[in-house]
Amino acid sequence: MNVPTMAEMLSQGKSPEVLFWVGAAGSYDDRAKKITRAFVKLLHKANVDFAVLGTEESSTGDAAKRAGNEFLFQMQAISNIEILNSYEVKTIVCTDPHSFNTLKNEYPELGGNYKVYHHTQFIKKLVQEGRLDIKKSLKGKKVTYHDPCYLGRGNGVYESPRDIIRKLGVNLKEMKQHKNRALCCGAGGAQMFKDAEKGDKEINILRTEQALETNAEIIATGCPYCNTMMTDGVKFHEKESQIIVKDIAELIAEADNL
Amino acid sequence: MNYIPNISFAIALFIGIGFFVMNVLKLVRNIKLGKEVDRSDRKTQRWKNMARVALGQSKMVSRPIAGFLHVIVYVGFIIINIEVLEIIIDGLFGTHRIFQPLLGNSIYGFLIGTFEILAFLVLVAVIIFWLRRNIVQIKRFMSKEMKGWPKSDGNLILYFEIVLMSLFILMNATDHSFQEAGFGNPISQFVAPWFSEYSLETLSSIEHIAWWAHIIGILIFLNYLYYSKHLHILLAFPNTYFANLQPKGQFNNLSSVTKEVRMMMDPDADPYAMPEEGLEEEIPEKFGASDVTDLNWVQLLNAYTCTECGRCTSSCPANMTGKELSPRAIMMKTRDRLEEVGRNIDTNKGAFKDDGKQLLNDYITPEELWACTSCNACVEECPIDIDPLSIIMDMRRFLVMEQSAAPQELNMMMTNIENNGAPWQYNQQDRLNWKDE
Repeated sequence: MNVPTMAEMLSQGKSPEVLFWVGAAGSYDDRAKKITRAFVKLLHKANVDFAVLGTEESSTGDAAKRAGNEFLFQMQAISNIEILNSYEVKTIVCTDPHSFNTLKNEYPELGGNYKVYHHTQFIKKLVQEGRLDIKKSLKGKKVTYHDPCYLGRGNGVYESPRDIIRKLGVNLKEMKQHKNRALCCGAGGAQMFKDAEKGDKEINILRTEQALETNAEIIATGCPYCNTMMTDGVKFHEKESQIIVKDIAELIAEADNL
Repeated sequence: MNYIPNISFAIALFIGIGFFVMNVLKLVRNIKLGKEVDRSDRKTQRWKNMARVALGQSKMVSRPIAGFLHVIVYVGFIIINIEVLEIIIDGLFGTHRIFQPLLGNSIYGFLIGTFEILAFLVLVAVIIFWLRRNIVQIKRFMSKEMKGWPKSDGNLILYFEIVLMSLFILMNATDHSFQEAGFGNPISQFVAPWFSEYSLETLSSIEHIAWWAHIIGILIFLNYLYYSKHLHILLAFPNTYFANLQPKGQFNNLSSVTKEVRMMMDPDADPYAMPEEGLEEEIPEKFGASDVTDLNWVQLLNAYTCTECGRCTSSCPANMTGKELSPRAIMMKTRDRLEEVGRNIDTNKGAFKDDGKQLLNDYITPEELWACTSCNACVEECPIDIDPLSIIMDMRRFLVMEQSAAPQELNMMMTNIENNGAPWQYNQQDRLNWKDE
């Protein structure tokens, strides 16, 4: 794949329209890497002038902050901001709502001021600008959408993901808890990196049950961590043959056979 | 003329209100034990938020049954209290229904009639509330933090309201001339016949007793507030005014940490520099919160405002899956500890004496704190904008930054971020490998 880095761009004297912040999951996790590549295909298709930081990218510090380690978070944030500002980055797009939230809300006070998009917002913008069209390849297919906490409640973004999912021609089935009442997948607040505390059930299993109740064939997500949690939930219930978990970027890229 | 009733009334009023003011001052002092946080910005938006959420009850109705009943009690409470004004004037000056000649029969009748209907509706709503708590046993009222006093507190408030509303109706029903006039008695006219056997004198005594019991009841209820979860009827207003208006996903950046991080990352800083002559070495600030005095005053106001409805807990993913965490319990424990600190200050002549206790461990356990997914469901649910999550986060910060007491897996995650810029043990040089896979 042709994925230019900011360093390469700079050496050619170019400054791209948008920086794609890939995030740790998007860079290293096998499942999330597929989402990353799907989104890059869409960026190519829409002729978006973009670049990544590549090996200069480091953790946003979000997970450290939610775990309570404000020191580590601010160390990460301040050094990331130094790099971003040295490239004079103006616009950032993320496929991870956690990076999106921290870059958008928590970096400005530390000196990092950028226009930050979640990829579902960015895709919607591309469609509105006529740079990308979404094929109605999933006509009538029952799809349910799981709101990531840091996109939905955290930042009030409920409609952009739903708008572009609908453009696939799907039959959108809402879970009983959705939008601002959506149930967490269980990964947030650094839970992704630890075992759950003692309880009688895993959160992702409860959330997957709500998704299964909709009789949807696809669970659409907008977060690599939610994706993992929901995929595990589906496996737990042995429903892999009935329902699949896909990021919205993947659904749209596949619709176009990208 | 006999002035004894007037004087007794004035004394009762003075004691009732005076005691209440004393407690309010104590409440304000306790809230001010919290750290400073600036909520003086965006005044227009704050007034609007208060008007919508507290005055307009906009978040209550998301649960339609409880929401609808609550709006009845709320509207009834506010409007019926206009009647208290007349009661106070009558009491002080020995008049009887002073507004009746002033307003004229039709307006007065309309007002009292409205109060009666509202009082009846409140009575019905409160009885349904009691049934929900005691007979239907709705799950969120049955949690373990609702055993003992919190349960009795909830019921006592309902009994208070039942008694006050009944006394109001009874007072009107036994007012012979009021019933004779036949206006403004849409409810009490059905109660009046129960007393048709009594002499006018007895009726008048019952009316007097009901009138006195009603106003004394109101004064007792006013003073009960401070000791109960019912403070929300007052504090919901400042609480929504001072609420956090930032996106919920945004957590505050600790400025004390920024100072240290900038110094650490400054290549020109001399790590061995001595503090300048004459300057006392700064006492390093405590990072995060282990006791109520480490929290900010809005978080403490939150604790006093919580009316323990449990909507937060019933929507908490950790609680729904049987974990120890309950956001409502976080608020209740914060208030319990704050009141303990307040009492400590009272008994030690204005200065807190170390009692060997703190909010962390003695009230809130690390297990509760580590169960949180920071999903903001509790914050979203709260009908009056209480933020349990910010307390959880501040306490996690203390555990991690002051005690290095994070769960082992989280320590590994943080070590990885420190060493290779990712929560997992991958080489930073491999960050772009995905493009060629």
